[in-house]
Amino acid sequence: MDACYKLRKGLDIPLRGEALTMTYPSISSPLYELKPTDFRQLIPKLLVREGDPVMAGSPVFCDKDHPEILFTSPISGTVKQIVRGEKRKLIGIRIVPDGRNDRVRFPVTSPEELDEDKIRELLLQSGCWPLITRRPYGTLALPGETPKAIHISCFDTAPLAPQYDYAFAGEYDSLQMGLRVLDRLCPGKVHLVLSSKTSIHSVFRRLNATFHTFAGPHPAGNPGIQIHHLYPLGKGHVVWTLTPMGLSVIGRLFTDGTFDTSRMVAVTGPALIKTGYIKCPAGIQISALKDFTRKKDVNIRVVSGNPLTGDTIGEEGFLGFHHQQVTFLQERSSRELLGWARPLRLKKFSAARTYISYLVPLLGKTGRFNLDTNLNGGVRAFVMAGDYQKVLPMDLFVSLLIKAILASDIDKMEKLGIYEVIPEDLALCEFICPSKIEIQDILQKGIDLMIKEMQ
Amino acid sequence: MRALEKRIEKIVEKIKPAFSKGGRFAFLHSTFDAFESFLLVPGTVTRKGSHIRDCNDLKRVMIVVVIALAPCLLFGMYNTGLQHFLAMGPRSELPGFFSLFWYGFLKVIPLVIVSYAVGLGIEFTIAQIRGHEVNEGYLVTGMLIPLIVPVTIPLWMLALAVAFAVLIGKEIFGGTGMNIWNPALLARAFLFFSYPAYMTGDKVWIDGFTGATPLAAWSEGTVLTDTHSWTDMFLGFIPGSVGETSVVCILLGAVILIYTGVASWKIMISCIAGAALTGLLGDLPVHYHLVMGGFAFGCVFMATDPVTSPQTETGKWIYGALTGALTVTIRLFNPGYPEGMMLAILLMNTFAPLIDHTVVAINVKRRMKRIAAHG
Repeated sequence: MDACYKLRKGLDIPLRGEALTMTYPSISSPLYELKPTDFRQLIPKLLVREGDPVMAGSPVFCDKDHPEILFTSPISGTVKQIVRGEKRKLIGIRIVPDGRNDRVRFPVTSPEELDEDKIRELLLQSGCWPLITRRPYGTLALPGETPKAIHISCFDTAPLAPQYDYAFAGEYDSLQMGLRVLDRLCPGKVHLVLSSKTSIHSVFRRLNATFHTFAGPHPAGNPGIQIHHLYPLGKGHVVWTLTPMGLSVIGRLFTDGTFDTSRMVAVTGPALIKTGYIKCPAGIQISALKDFTRKKDVNIRVVSGNPLTGDTIGEEGFLGFHHQQVTFLQERSSRELLGWARPLRLKKFSAARTYISYLVPLLGKTGRFNLDTNLNGGVRAFVMAGDYQKVLPMDLFVSLLIKAILASDIDKMEKLGIYEVIPEDLALCEFICPSKIEIQDILQKGIDLMIKEMQ
Repeated sequence: MRALEKRIEKIVEKIKPAFSKGGRFAFLHSTFDAFESFLLVPGTVTRKGSHIRDCNDLKRVMIVVVIALAPCLLFGMYNTGLQHFLAMGPRSELPGFFSLFWYGFLKVIPLVIVSYAVGLGIEFTIAQIRGHEVNEGYLVTGMLIPLIVPVTIPLWMLALAVAFAVLIGKEIFGGTGMNIWNPALLARAFLFFSYPAYMTGDKVWIDGFTGATPLAAWSEGTVLTDTHSWTDMFLGFIPGSVGETSVVCILLGAVILIYTGVASWKIMISCIAGAALTGLLGDLPVHYHLVMGGFAFGCVFMATDPVTSPQTETGKWIYGALTGALTVTIRLFNPGYPEGMMLAILLMNTFAPLIDHTVVAINVKRRMKRIAAHG
């Protein structure tokens, strides 16, 4: 095992509403949705029509530029509705389950017996391929490329994130099989990253792989940060990343011969009275999560994913393809009189020492905050540009990168490290920004520009 | 409290339409917006990106600096009275503490009022013309300017300097966050070069009634160690600009700024180190340089301005050290301008982007090498 990378910079936001480690019985959702918008930069091409029957694992849409990348249904049922947004952009394919749970059968073979091309083909056909994300830019992996490493972070440090040790406790077989498959694609270069807090009984420690250990506050669990320290990305470099969830789905394809996206989802958030875990496939409707009692008399924002990077989906919305977390946040409460001038403001969290609430987390579990969705200030010009550096354990200059993006200066963006970051890595910078600048959005625009210019 | 909050929110919501687009007072939109957000935390919710946000905002950052400046302001008022009465008669006939303070208060408050009225007036107008929100940066600048001018400055002159600083120093470059030079120092530089009769020569640090400041006296050849005690200069019972005399009060401000993380301790430390090392070249004991003139004030409140100082941490060390060194160099080797701090900071403000550029270039080179090694 490698030496431990100790990261000092970062911030664990003391948000209330962590998921209790108990699993609620599985639920049946009346409706599922596949969202092409879950994949950055994807232009989808529809392969089904309303009324078509589908099985779990049968293709629903594909990538227009790479038609071999198929996106398949997580359940069996009937396509009920094709949802389109502005300019007829495809934003969702809704499927009503038939309850029969029919699955497309893929051949069950040992990955060592198949050649590499055959494995790629199987991943592409089954709908497993989109589980692989590529760096730079965080887009879909390309079928023809070979990365310099495959990277899997086995812990998530985002606020209220699921505890992977708990969520994957019973998944040893599929995880190990997943590793065997990936090892065929990129021999000897599959890296697993553990946290220094990963339990010694953790399922991840029993896996047969190359390990690294990271310690420190969020974003130590982000693949982007880890890759920066392990094998930094320059122009033309490619690293693939997967979540353990992706790994286990790929594993199941080879152990059971089916496309099974079920994962443990942490249902969390300060607007919940009851939190916990539930096992369900991708695309379930949030309104089906009835077991988790909401607070009364508050407006709730439902987020698929964690509160720093997730998508607002609403009570009738659907769980994202990559997400293992649903967060219920309170929409802003009433407006505070002279909030900025109050000396204490103990109920509002700030990482800055301009408030003393940064001390409250020292109280441990009781020192948690109910952060709502208020912006807590107006949007202003860049002033405290040096602050971003305090929450980013990377050797690059955030404010200068952001300014290079705003100036659309490709050359500078390259030099300042745009290949190494995706929006989630800078989410904390956005969280602490006293000027309330939308850093993730700016970075995404910069990435979009890079992709456009480099074509 | 809750009830009051609700009530004010109601009133604000009620009059808001008149100030919005199409309303009767739409031309005062930015002004209304500034007062509304001053009174109530904006109700805006996050749109995309991070759904939750830190409750720290620019208003809070700025108000912390203003609080850090408060000791200097209060002491400046007292000291103004003290210096006045010391010039009027013997020490034994000094009036009581409150009389001294009251005298100074009446002298200093007009400066503060003029500074804020003119500065904020311009900021509000420009925000309105541009359709921007009013930035809070001027809350600090407006407090800094009265603290770095002689208390006897005519108010019209101060108003002119403020207008110059805000328009030429800041708005021309695109407003808060875009300026190259510290606006408050620019106001002083403007006075320094435009009204030399009031601001240069032996009159620079005269507060109208007393003699020259220790710095001016020293530059004219007085052996300072004989005439002024270091303790007096440290405590601040000397003539000088309103806020700069008391190192004790400045240190108090420094503690607040460093503790809250608003200003960079790296700049302060390296600035002191740079000044002390350069000071070894002269005949005046080094610790005198650190308490004389505007050094301490500039080091804590002006050099650390996050907009006009370097953004890289390494850059901050270099910038601070050069600022300190340059200040003392000017003091030692340039008899024309006894006060080096203002010019040193303005010059280093100019070079801050270059320092950053160099630090970034080195960083990029190192990173590229590392990336290449991991090819």
